Amino acid sequence: MPAPIRLRELIRTIRTARTQAEEREMIQKECAAIRSSFREEDNTYRCRNVAKLLYMHMLGYPAHFGQLECLKLIASQKFTDKRIGYLGAMLLLDERQDVHLLMTNCIKNDLNHSTQYVQGLALCTLGCMGSSEMCRDLAGEVEKLLKTSNSYLRKKAALCAVHVIRKVPELMEMFLPATKNLLSEKNHGVLHTSVVLLTEMCERSPDMLAHFRKLVPQLVRILKNLIMSGYSPEHDVSGISDPFLQVRILRLLRILGKSDDDSSEAMNDILAQVATNTETSKNVGNAILYETVLTIMDIKSESGLRVLAINILGRFLLNNDKNIRYVALTSLLKTVQTDHNAVQRHRSTIVDCLKDLDVSIKRRAMELSFALVNGNNIRGMMKELLYFLDSCDPEFKADCASGVFLAAEKYAPSKRWHIDTIMRVLTTAGSYVRDDSVPNLIQLITNSVEMHAYTVQRLYKALLDDISQQPLVQVASWCIGEYGDLLVSGQCEEEEPIQDEVLDVLEGLLVSNLSTPVTRGYALTAIMKLSTRFSSVNRIKKVVSIYGSSIDVELQQRAVEYNALFKKYDHMRANPNPNIAVITIHASNSTEADMTDFVFQAAVPKTFQLQLLSPSSNVVPALNQGTVTQVIRVLNPQKQQLRMRIKLTYTLKGSAVQDLAEVNNFPPQSWQ
Amino acid sequence: MQFMLLFSRQGKLRLQKWYVPLSDKEKKKITRELVQTVLARKPKMCSFLEWRDLKIVYKRYASLYFCCAIEDQDNELITLEIIHRYVELLDKYFGSVCELDIIFNFEKAYFILDEFLLGGEAQETSKKNVLKAIEQADLLQEVRHLIKITPN
Repeated sequence: MPAPIRLRELIRTIRTARTQAEEREMIQKECAAIRSSFREEDNTYRCRNVAKLLYMHMLGYPAHFGQLECLKLIASQKFTDKRIGYLGAMLLLDERQDVHLLMTNCIKNDLNHSTQYVQGLALCTLGCMGSSEMCRDLAGEVEKLLKTSNSYLRKKAALCAVHVIRKVPELMEMFLPATKNLLSEKNHGVLHTSVVLLTEMCERSPDMLAHFRKLVPQLVRILKNLIMSGYSPEHDVSGISDPFLQVRILRLLRILGKSDDDSSEAMNDILAQVATNTETSKNVGNAILYETVLTIMDIKSESGLRVLAINILGRFLLNNDKNIRYVALTSLLKTVQTDHNAVQRHRSTIVDCLKDLDVSIKRRAMELSFALVNGNNIRGMMKELLYFLDSCDPEFKADCASGVFLAAEKYAPSKRWHIDTIMRVLTTAGSYVRDDSVPNLIQLITNSVEMHAYTVQRLYKALLDDISQQPLVQVASWCIGEYGDLLVSGQCEEEEPIQDEVLDVLEGLLVSNLSTPVTRGYALTAIMKLSTRFSSVNRIKKVVSIYGSSIDVELQQRAVEYNALFKKYDHMRANPNPNIAVITIHASNSTEADMTDFVFQAAVPKTFQLQLLSPSSNVVPALNQGTVTQVIRVLNPQKQQLRMRIKLTYTLKGSAVQDLAEVNNFPPQSWQ
Repeated sequence: MQFMLLFSRQGKLRLQKWYVPLSDKEKKKITRELVQTVLARKPKMCSFLEWRDLKIVYKRYASLYFCCAIEDQDNELITLEIIHRYVELLDKYFGSVCELDIIFNFEKAYFILDEFLLGGEAQETSKKNVLKAIEQADLLQEVRHLIKITPN
């Protein structure tokens, strides 16, 4: 039996494959050879074979048949075997499989091995993928190693303990004694991992947090030594001594200082020192400054320190390095609520970031800009944000449009400005505006009584330019239907359309491929409403009757009802009384049987007068096969809020039914 | 850190280190999606992106992308330094490292990573100490191997 080919040889061979199929063939051939080698329980080449399997696994091929072999390698006495075995375990096994439990005993033995590199392998594997059961079984061993004087093992034990605590939080207590003198260590590796362990414990338990607060002075001292000490070649990164340790200490200080006055005060000086003395020309210095700023903002720091922190972020915003700008915007977003005024000072820089090429930076700049809008800067800010809305990527437009609407609603300096702003959004990003904005906008326009003429004129003009943006078209249609009389009555500042032109536009919406069914509904209703405002009633009648046979059921229903209005209630057209509200009720029946002898009755408060016209029928067909419509005319000379008590009586499956209800939610347009 | 991936410009995986328990299927899915996302980034974009509920930090060194997934409280800028430190370690070990070194000696790349990080956190901040440990462990491999083939 020839020796299995070497790992590097296999890699070379596989890389010569010119097609996926060729590669697959090579892999299958080699896997077959490896499988028979495993079956023969070959100890000599097991390591080589598993290594090859790991390579093939990385290419995406299945390697589960090698799992048990990894365990055999771990149990071997050869260091090479153990190295590959543990690597294989970390790559091929996970806690879902029962197989991994077989590792526990091996790991236990290796944690007590005479060679520290074997102990290291065991600690690493346990700390990377140990399941809860394994952690429970081996926590004692880890705790023992946490107390050793061997710094190589001690640092690994600390991180292994972190993993154990994450998997089995109840075991945290048992590591407490071992943490006693962790920070007295000179070895940076041990210091770093100890700080990570302490951080984990403090984050998980308020009791631990309280207990470890007494370490603040010691942590401050260690940090001070790192900053003040001279050049240390072993830990130097671009002139800074052990930035990794500095960052972790700053993070632990953050947790210890939060909500605690004494601790916060104790760290005040060192934070100021780090903030002012750290070299900012390279990423490593900025990484430390970033962590310092986060800490200053989270603890109970003096206002001077907070301002210092925000100013650092302000300087970050001007940095050429986009990564620095990104973290600055992220941090500012976190603090904008609590330190609003300080962040305002950097508003113009933040607004400049709207023009950045990076998507993430743009998004953050946008969110931050909206957070900074107030009554004083609304005009200037809105100009920038509308410009942004024009040119930004589609993924931003919906959020930006919503943000603009919200800001405008809160801080609009005038109604005209408000309407103009809405118009701008509808015309530039109309198709991205959210569906629920349409009724809100209509409400807003309705409430701005003095702006109706201006609004309808602008919206009409916008429709002439572009009918593709549905929210714009819907709002415009509604306004034209409601205020069409203002559009043609000589109140407009510019050249005004004649009635037929307006109807042309609305009819155009009905037939256009760009209009959605909802939009068509708006357009048809608008045309109908103009029959009481315009004189070209016959034309409108014709349009409405055509749509009585529309395929779109919604449209058809509307058209049919409007037709009915024409036929039966034409006599009301003569003198439309502004104090009269015309309400149409639609009754439908979803039960299985017809409702017969259907009678609708209504009563209104004393100041109103009610006229009920004949219903279309007194049978409401079953299963929503048809509706009964009836028109109510309400005279409301005092323009009071309309309320109504209604009573429905009908016969269903032989029994008489009576239903009483009160209706209070008539839209304001119906009675104002 | 939740995981680290190394992949080429063609999207071929060169190293995957997972610090959270996930099934093979889930790992493959995440890898595929993330590789696609990172490769689509333009050179002018920053090294950070939000992906699912994680922060992704990535940096390209020659033909290899180094990509880490960190948690909300982790510092993105120092993660860039972690990546850089790992590259320096590989460079020192292999002597001017290139992608081929990592392809043909992937197990060594893992060994070096496992002496630098443990459970997703840095276990040793001194470059010298990491390299010394690897050196000693490599020797252990040699010695035992020698003992094996010289039976006397």
